[in-house]
Amino acid sequence: MSRLMRKRFGLFLSLLVLMAFVVGCGATQPVKPAEPAPAPAAQPAPPPAPPKPANPNLILATTTSTADTGLLDVLLPMFQAKTGYLVKPIAVGTGQALAMGEKGDADVLLVHAPADELKLVAKGAATGRVLVMHNDFIVVGPAEDPAKVKGLKSSKEAFQKIAAAKATFVTRGDDSGTNKKELAIWKDAGVKPEGAWYMNIGAGMGQALNVSSEKGGYTLTDRGTFLSMQKTLHVAIIVEGEPSLLNIYHVMQVNPAQFPKVNAEGAKAFSDFLLAKETQDFIGKFGVDKYGSPLFFPDGGKTDEQLMK
Amino acid sequence: MDLIWEGLKQAVSMLAHGDPELWRVTALTLRVSGVATLISVLVGVPIGIVLGLSRFPGRRILISVVNTGMGLPPVVVGLWVVLFLWRSGPLGSLGLVYTPTAIVIAQTIIATPVVAGLTLTGIGALDPKLFLQIRALGASRLQLYWLLLREARLAILAAVIAGFGSVVSEVGASNMVGGNLMGQTRVLTTAIMSEVSRAHYPLAIAISVVLLLLAYGVTLILTFIQQRERQP
Repeated sequence: MSRLMRKRFGLFLSLLVLMAFVVGCGATQPVKPAEPAPAPAAQPAPPPAPPKPANPNLILATTTSTADTGLLDVLLPMFQAKTGYLVKPIAVGTGQALAMGEKGDADVLLVHAPADELKLVAKGAATGRVLVMHNDFIVVGPAEDPAKVKGLKSSKEAFQKIAAAKATFVTRGDDSGTNKKELAIWKDAGVKPEGAWYMNIGAGMGQALNVSSEKGGYTLTDRGTFLSMQKTLHVAIIVEGEPSLLNIYHVMQVNPAQFPKVNAEGAKAFSDFLLAKETQDFIGKFGVDKYGSPLFFPDGGKTDEQLMK
Repeated sequence: MDLIWEGLKQAVSMLAHGDPELWRVTALTLRVSGVATLISVLVGVPIGIVLGLSRFPGRRILISVVNTGMGLPPVVVGLWVVLFLWRSGPLGSLGLVYTPTAIVIAQTIIATPVVAGLTLTGIGALDPKLFLQIRALGASRLQLYWLLLREARLAILAAVIAGFGSVVSEVGASNMVGGNLMGQTRVLTTAIMSEVSRAHYPLAIAISVVLLLLAYGVTLILTFIQQRERQP
């Protein structure tokens, strides 16, 4: 083995060492977006240091709509600045969010499938269920409206016509709140949706809207996600304004009595934060500047019965 | 076409102005995939050498396991890792789910068979006479491994490149075990996914350009080191 080769091998070794060094250095400084110190220069004055809770990690299981609209991107930093909790928002369909609550894998749930939420409360897996906000579901579809359903006042009737015309319909198929609502309407309409026209994509709301738009299909969506994406979509509102299409969001705390690992204080703090007047006012204004109308309507302090009236 | 053009323009502008969020995501991606690659090299190279050189019963079975592992679907790894790391799972008390560490664990599992498999191939491609010669010169087993490692270094660097490539480009595992949390566990691939589902296409295009540049940059450096040997 010549000296030259030894030298080259040394180079290879030093590369390995360098790699170890680089990643090692990085690893000693975990990302801490929580700290106010390295905040971007945009902030004029450093905000007062947030309180330091005993267990600052809080897992929020929620729906894709709260994430895809960008609402959480704004609310969570506000919550963190106020209380010091570092929220981990897991944006999944309501079905999975509820399942995470049921197994104690999350601390707090922000979801929109009232019937299933009540089941969870009845089992004792969740407590403190309160109304936070609502928007409504709408049926959207191609402007050409192949099934001739535009302007109908009843989603049930619209679904029947769409099925009869075998017009493309995109379903989330992810057991989300929206998906559950859609299936309830099909059931109500007495139609068993199946066939090539009924496209099951198994994905979130944003993706479902993208597919409907590209495939010229109908879909059921929450108004918030639709408004936030409207600019890039080639679908229009087909059915809206039906009272049964209200989309209601509740916050629930995962029951620490059943799951000792749950961050009960953090969950309570998050629930209180969502219902605080300041937050509720903010929710009511969120999206107005960008989309001309709010994406969610705050309902703090109301009961389900008052809302349904 | 407008969309693509707009996305590319945004990419250039974000790169030129150093968007802080983009840098943070890029730095995390580099760190997570870098650590995962490093661990997989430390684990995978010895496995590859031992499997390549030793003869023992069950060796072929093990090699077939490693070869299958080279094509391990990231989303399957993600599922199994998250099942273990969830609070309700066997390792739940570690509190690792939705942290960068969780992504490192999943990516290490993905990259290790790739590194081991390619190391194995590299060792196997060495001239068997070399093996005999080194033994004849009285080298100990450890010295033998060391010398063969030196001889197979081109192939081992290729294994490092492939290992890094396999983890920096995967999205399924990172998304499932990391949760794609903004400012905490969002990496370039999961950021592209979430920006597309929010219909922020130009931003998604911009991030994809960054990811390609990153993958290319790292591979370029490794390739230069690898090919130094080849220069006359």
